[in-house]
Amino acid sequence: MISKFQIAYKNLLRKKARTFLTLVGIVLSTWVLVSLLGFNRGYENALNRDIDNMGYQIMVMAKGCPYEAATMMLQGGAGLRYIDESTVNAITTKPEVDKVTPILMQAFFDPDKGDGGGIAGYYGVDVATFPGMKPFLRFYQGGWFRGATADEAVMGYEAAELEQRVVGDMIIVPEKNVQLKVVGILDRTGTQDDGTIFVPLKTLQRISGIDKITTIGIKVKKDADTTKLEAALYQLPDMQVVSFSQVKQTIMKLIATARVMVLSIAVIALLIAMVGVVNTVLMSVLERKHEIGILKTMGAMPGDIFRLIWTETLILCTSGGIVGIGLAFVFARISDILVRRILPYAPGGELVAIDTKLSFLTLLIIVVVGLLSGVYPAWKAGRVRPLDSIRSEG
Amino acid sequence: MKPENGVSLEARNLTRVYGRGSEEVRALDGVSLQIRKGEFVSFMGPSGSGKTTLVNLLGCLENPSSGELDLAGRKIFGNGKILGEQGLTRIRREVFGYVFQNFYLIPTLTVRENVALPLAFYRKPGIDGEVERLLAMLGMEHRMNHLPGQISGGEMQRVAIARALVNRPEILLADEPTGNLDTKRTEEIGEILQDLNRNAGLTIVMVTHNPGLDRLGGRHIEMCDGQAFER
Repeated sequence: MISKFQIAYKNLLRKKARTFLTLVGIVLSTWVLVSLLGFNRGYENALNRDIDNMGYQIMVMAKGCPYEAATMMLQGGAGLRYIDESTVNAITTKPEVDKVTPILMQAFFDPDKGDGGGIAGYYGVDVATFPGMKPFLRFYQGGWFRGATADEAVMGYEAAELEQRVVGDMIIVPEKNVQLKVVGILDRTGTQDDGTIFVPLKTLQRISGIDKITTIGIKVKKDADTTKLEAALYQLPDMQVVSFSQVKQTIMKLIATARVMVLSIAVIALLIAMVGVVNTVLMSVLERKHEIGILKTMGAMPGDIFRLIWTETLILCTSGGIVGIGLAFVFARISDILVRRILPYAPGGELVAIDTKLSFLTLLIIVVVGLLSGVYPAWKAGRVRPLDSIRSEG
Repeated sequence: MKPENGVSLEARNLTRVYGRGSEEVRALDGVSLQIRKGEFVSFMGPSGSGKTTLVNLLGCLENPSSGELDLAGRKIFGNGKILGEQGLTRIRREVFGYVFQNFYLIPTLTVRENVALPLAFYRKPGIDGEVERLLAMLGMEHRMNHLPGQISGGEMQRVAIARALVNRPEILLADEPTGNLDTKRTEEIGEILQDLNRNAGLTIVMVTHNPGLDRLGGRHIEMCDGQAFER
C-alpha cells in the first residue's frame, strides 16, 4: 500500500526549500563533473582526430620554418624556409615510408581582408599524392584540381563560407593578381583544413616564383618503427623533423596543469555537494527523531530505518545527478566555448564530449558519493531507540 | 504467539533503575502483576509514579534492570535474559500496538498512508483490506486522502489507533491517549477503546491521568513511588 520509497520521497517534500537547495548543489556538481570528464575525453579525441586528419604522422621542413598554418599567419607569412624537392626522393626510399607528399606554404598580404587587411594563407599541394594522403576528405561541392598546373583552388568549408564562395567563382591571389577558379569546396572536417585554400603545388610555385617546397608530409607504414625513421630523418642536413606523437605529447603536457586544476575544482564541488547532502539528511533525521522512534515501535528494524534514510539520499543524488547530466548535455556547446577560452591550444571539433557511457559513469560516481554521504545519518537514524520518541511523565 | 491459560502478560518483581550512585532513580520497584487476555487495565498515578515506565517494560520498549516478564507463556526478560533491539522489535511488531499522546502521524502522508505505514516494515499473514476496514470502523473513511494537518486532534488520534491496530496486535498499549484532546474528543476515544475491548476482545493496557477514562477499564491499578496497587 505504501512502500519505503514513497515514505522517503514524501519526507523529502516536507522541507521543500532545503531539499531544493541540496538538489541545486548536486545538480551543479554533476554538471561540473560531467563537463570536465567530457572535456578530458573530448580534448584528447579532438587532438587525435586533428592529428589523424593531417594524413601523415611526420613532417620534415627546413630548420626554423613554421610548420603550422596558425604560426605562419602569426608571423605574417615571414620566416618561411625552403627545401629542394629532391629531398622527397631521398625520403621515399626509406623502408618505413608508405607515402610522401610535398607541400608549399605561402602567405600573401590581402588589403581587403578584415579591417586594414590581413594575411591569406595558401597550401600548394601535389595533385598526384596529396588527395591519396587524405582519402577521408569529402567535397561539399565540386572536386579536386583537373591538372597539376591548373589555375584552380579548392577551399576549406569555413574559408569558402567566410568569403562566400561557390564552385565556379574566381578568387584573386593578393599581391600577385592571379585569378584562380574555385573547383571544389570541402565538407567541414573540424580541423585546420576548414580554413585553408589549396592550390596545385606547381601553380603556387609559379605564382610565388619559388620552385622549392616548405614541408614534406610522410605517412609511415603500418607497424613500422617510427622512432627509427625519425632518427634517420634527423640525419638529413638542416632539417627539422616534427613527429605528431611528440606534438600531441607536448600539447597534452601543456594542458595537463589546466586539467589538474579543473579536476580539483570538480572534486571540491563534489565535496561541497556531499557536505550538503550530509547536512540535509542529518538535519532531517534529528528533526524526525520522534517519528523514527515511532516507526520502530511499529516494527521497523534498525536496517529498515537505515535503508529508509539511505533511500532519501539515493533519491536526492539520482535526481540531482540526472538533472545535472541533462544540463551538461544541453549546455555542452557553452562549456566548449568557455574551455576554448582558457586553453593554450584547442583542436577543432567537439572539445567537451559527453556520451551515454560517460553520463552513466558520472551518475554512478554521484550516487556512490551520495550513498557514502548518507551512511552516517542513516546509521544514526538506525540507532534511535523507540523510547526516545515517547515523552515520559510516569 | 497465542496466550496460554488466558494470561497475556506476567511481570514478576519488575524493577527499573535509572542513573548510578547518588544519581540513582528507582522508577519501578519490584512490580508483580498479571494481565489476562481480553482485559482492559488502566494505570493511574501522579507524575513520576512509574506508570509509563511500567507500560514501557510491559510493551517491550526497553529492558528492565531486574525481574521477569513472560509474554503469553514465553519468557521475554528474566534469569539474565536481555533482548537486543532486534529481538525487542520482533516482539513489538508481532504482539503490540501502541498509541501515544502526541499521535506522531507523518505530516506528508495521507490518513490512509499513515495507517498503512507499519505494513511497509512488517505485515502479518492474511492482512488484506485492513486499512480501509479500520478507517471505516473508526469513522474516518471520508478522511482517507486528507493529510494530518487537515483533520482535528480527535481524528488524528483515531488515525493513530487505526495505525496501531493494522497488524492485528494482541495487546494495545495506550499512553495518555487523550492527553491532547478536549472533553468531547476524550469521550469519543474512550468509547472507541471500550468497543475494541468489548467487541473485538482486544487486551488494552492504558496509562491515563483522566479519571473519566480510568472508569472505562475493568481493572484499575494505582501507581505510587514505583509500586503498583490494585484498586
